[in-house]
Amino acid sequence: MISKIFKFNGGVHPPENKLESTGRPIQRLGIPGELVLPLRQHIGNLPKIRVQPGDQVLKGQLLAEAEGSISAAVHAPTSGMIVSIEDKLIPHPSGLPDMCITLKTDGEDRWIPHEPVDWRQRNPAELAASLRDSGIVGLGGAAFPTQIKLRPSGGSGVKTLIINGAECEPYITCDDMLMRERADEIVKGIEIAQHLLKADNCIVGIEDNKPEAEKAMRVACAGSASKIGVAVVPTLYPSGDARRLTALLTGIEVPSSKRSTDVGIQVFNVATMLAVYRYLEHGETVTSRIVTVTGNVGAPGNFEVLLGSSIEFLLAAAGGALPDTNGLIMGGPMMGFSLPSSKTPIIKATNCIIAGAPKLFPEPPPAMPCIRCARCADACPVNLQPQELYWYARGRNLEKAREYQLFDCIECGCCSYVCPSDIPLVQYYRFAKSEIIAQDKAKEAASLARERNDFRLARIEREKQERAQKHAQKAAGAKAEAGADDAKKAAIEAAMARAQAQKAEVTPQNTENLDLAVQAKIADIDARRAQTEAKAENKEEQQEN
Amino acid sequence: MLAALLVMAGLAFALGAVLGYSALKFKVEGDPLVDRIDAILPQTQCGQCGYPGCKPYAQAIASGEADINQCPPGGEPGVKALADLLGVEPKPLNAEHGAPKPKSVAVIDENVCIGCTLCIQACPVDAILGSAKHMHTVIASECTGCELCVAPCPVDCISMQPIGEHVDNWKWRYPVFEIKQAA
Repeated sequence: MISKIFKFNGGVHPPENKLESTGRPIQRLGIPGELVLPLRQHIGNLPKIRVQPGDQVLKGQLLAEAEGSISAAVHAPTSGMIVSIEDKLIPHPSGLPDMCITLKTDGEDRWIPHEPVDWRQRNPAELAASLRDSGIVGLGGAAFPTQIKLRPSGGSGVKTLIINGAECEPYITCDDMLMRERADEIVKGIEIAQHLLKADNCIVGIEDNKPEAEKAMRVACAGSASKIGVAVVPTLYPSGDARRLTALLTGIEVPSSKRSTDVGIQVFNVATMLAVYRYLEHGETVTSRIVTVTGNVGAPGNFEVLLGSSIEFLLAAAGGALPDTNGLIMGGPMMGFSLPSSKTPIIKATNCIIAGAPKLFPEPPPAMPCIRCARCADACPVNLQPQELYWYARGRNLEKAREYQLFDCIECGCCSYVCPSDIPLVQYYRFAKSEIIAQDKAKEAASLARERNDFRLARIEREKQERAQKHAQKAAGAKAEAGADDAKKAAIEAAMARAQAQKAEVTPQNTENLDLAVQAKIADIDARRAQTEAKAENKEEQQEN
Repeated sequence: MLAALLVMAGLAFALGAVLGYSALKFKVEGDPLVDRIDAILPQTQCGQCGYPGCKPYAQAIASGEADINQCPPGGEPGVKALADLLGVEPKPLNAEHGAPKPKSVAVIDENVCIGCTLCIQACPVDAILGSAKHMHTVIASECTGCELCVAPCPVDCISMQPIGEHVDNWKWRYPVFEIKQAA
C-alpha cells in the first residue's frame, strides 16, 4: 500500500540514546499521597474549575471543564479529597507558578460510574462533541485539544489520516514502548478516528530505529478490519514533526499559511489514539500517561504514571537521580526545557524527563561570531534562513524577522546543533517570537482603548445633544400646557415624590466610620455637584429662552 | 500647427478633468498623519502629555505644536517610533511630563468605596462599572492604567497595582552570556 517515502530538506541525526530506556516493559506506578493538577496542561483557554477544597472526588471525575472552543477538561486521576486550589509551580519554561488543583489521594482508586459508548452507531459530529469532556489532548507533547482535530469538517474532508509514531527526538521512547505493548488498542483508536473523520487512507509512520514497534503495529494493523498501512521512515530528526512526517509519507508540503486539514490530512500521535480508544470504548478519561525517565538516573525506563504525580516520585521509581545530576529536562534534549524544580507535577504534555549531568550534556563552548557559513540553512527542515533570522532577532529588528517567516520556525534546534560557532540560535528565535507576540497584544489593547475612548467621547456629545433637545421640548410643552388639568399635575408630583423616596432609600455604603475631614470632602463634592447641576439647568434654560 | 495646439489643449483639459474628479472622489477625510501618529501612541489616554488624550496629542504633534517626547507610557521606544515616522532626531523623554512606569491597573478597594461615581466620570475608556451609591469596580482587561481615577476619589480607595509577570505574559529573555575569567 505504501509505495514511496519522500524526503524533506535538512534535518540532523544526533546520537539517539534510546536503548537505555527500552530494556524493561512499561512499569505502572502506584498512587502518590498527593497529586497536583495544573489547569494549564494544554494549548488554549484555561478550563473552569468545578470543585471546591474539601470536596470528595472519584477517579475520572470532572474537576475543571473545558472553557471556550480551544480548551480541555481536567479530571481526577484517582479518588480522594481536594485540599487546595492555588498557585503552585508548574512545569513551564518560565518557572512561574500557576493555578493548580491539589488532590489528597485515599489510595482506593475508586472510579466514578463510566460507560462505554457504542461509537459505531453514533453520529460522528455528536461523538466528537462528547470528546470535549474527555480531557484528551495531543500526547506527543504539543497538547492541542484533540476534540477539535476530530471534528468532522464540513466541505474539505480529511482524506488521509497520519498516525505519528516517528518519535524522532533522542532519549524519548514512550511511544516506542506503547506501540510495542499496546498496538492492538492503538489500532482500535485509529479505527475510531477513521470513523469520525471518514478518512479512507491511514498511514502509521515509524522511524526505522524502532523495528519491534513496527512489527507489533504491522501485526495489529493486519488484524484490523479497516485498511491501515505502516510506513517506515529513515531516522532523521525532526521527522516526528507533523508537517515533516506529512511530507515524508505523502510528498505534500503543507503551505505555511494553511492547516494540514486544508490539504485533506490530519495527524495524530499514537498515544492520543490510545486515549481516544480508552475514552470511547471504556469511558475512561485521561488520568495517566506514559513517561520516559532517562539520562542520569539509576534505572532508566518507561512508566505509566498518574497525572499530577511529582517528578520526584517518578525519579525515585527510576532508581533516583545520580549524585552528579545538575538539572532536569522535560521533553527531549533538542526541544525540551529545564524544569524549575523536581517538585513540579507530571502533566499531559510530559513525554520524557531527562536527568542532566555534565557528562551527558557538557556545557556548550562560548558562542563565537556568526561566520555566515549557512550550515544552519542547510539543516533547517522548514527551509528558513536561520542566519538571517539570527541577525534580525539579535538586533531586535522584529518586523524584519517576521518578514523572514520567523513564525514558521518549529524551534527544532537543528540550526543550533550544526552551528560551528555554537550560537544558541533557537534562544534568539524564542526571544523574538515572544517579543513580537507581546507587541501585537499591546497593539490590540491600544486599539481597543482607542475605540472605547472614541465611543465615550461620542456618547458624551450625544448625551449633551439629547439633554438640549429634551429641554427644548419641555419648554415648548410648558408653554402649550400652561393650562393643563390638575389631575395630570398631581400625577406628575406623585411620581416625583416616589422617585425622591426611592433615591433616599438607597444609602451609600462604607460611609459610617469616615473621619471628619473625608466627610467634609464628600459634602464639598456633593455641594459642587448640586451647584454644577443647577448651573447646567440655568444655562440650558437660558439657551432655550 | 493648429492641430497640435488643439491636441495639447484637449489633453490638458482631459487630464485636468480626471485630476479634478479624483481629487473630489478620493478625498482623504481627516489628516492621515494624525492617524499615523495616533497609531504609535499607546492610547493610555492619561493626559500626561498635557493634552486631553492621545488623539489631541497626535494632532498637536502633527501641527508642530507639541514635541515628540511628552509621552511617558510610550517610553523611549515610542519616541523613537515617532522620530522615525516624522523624520526627526529622537530625543530623551521630557522629565516634566513624568517618567515611564511599569504597566499597572487600577484596583478599587470595595470595602472602602462609597459609590460616588467620580472615578467613573474620570475614566477615559469606560473601564469602571458601578452606579451612584453602589460599589464600583474596575474591568481590569479594559483598564489602560492612566491613573486618572486615582485623584478624584474622595476616600482614596483606588490604588494602582503593577501587572507583574505570570505564565500568560511571560516572555523568553534575550540570550545573555556570562563572561568568565579565562584560567
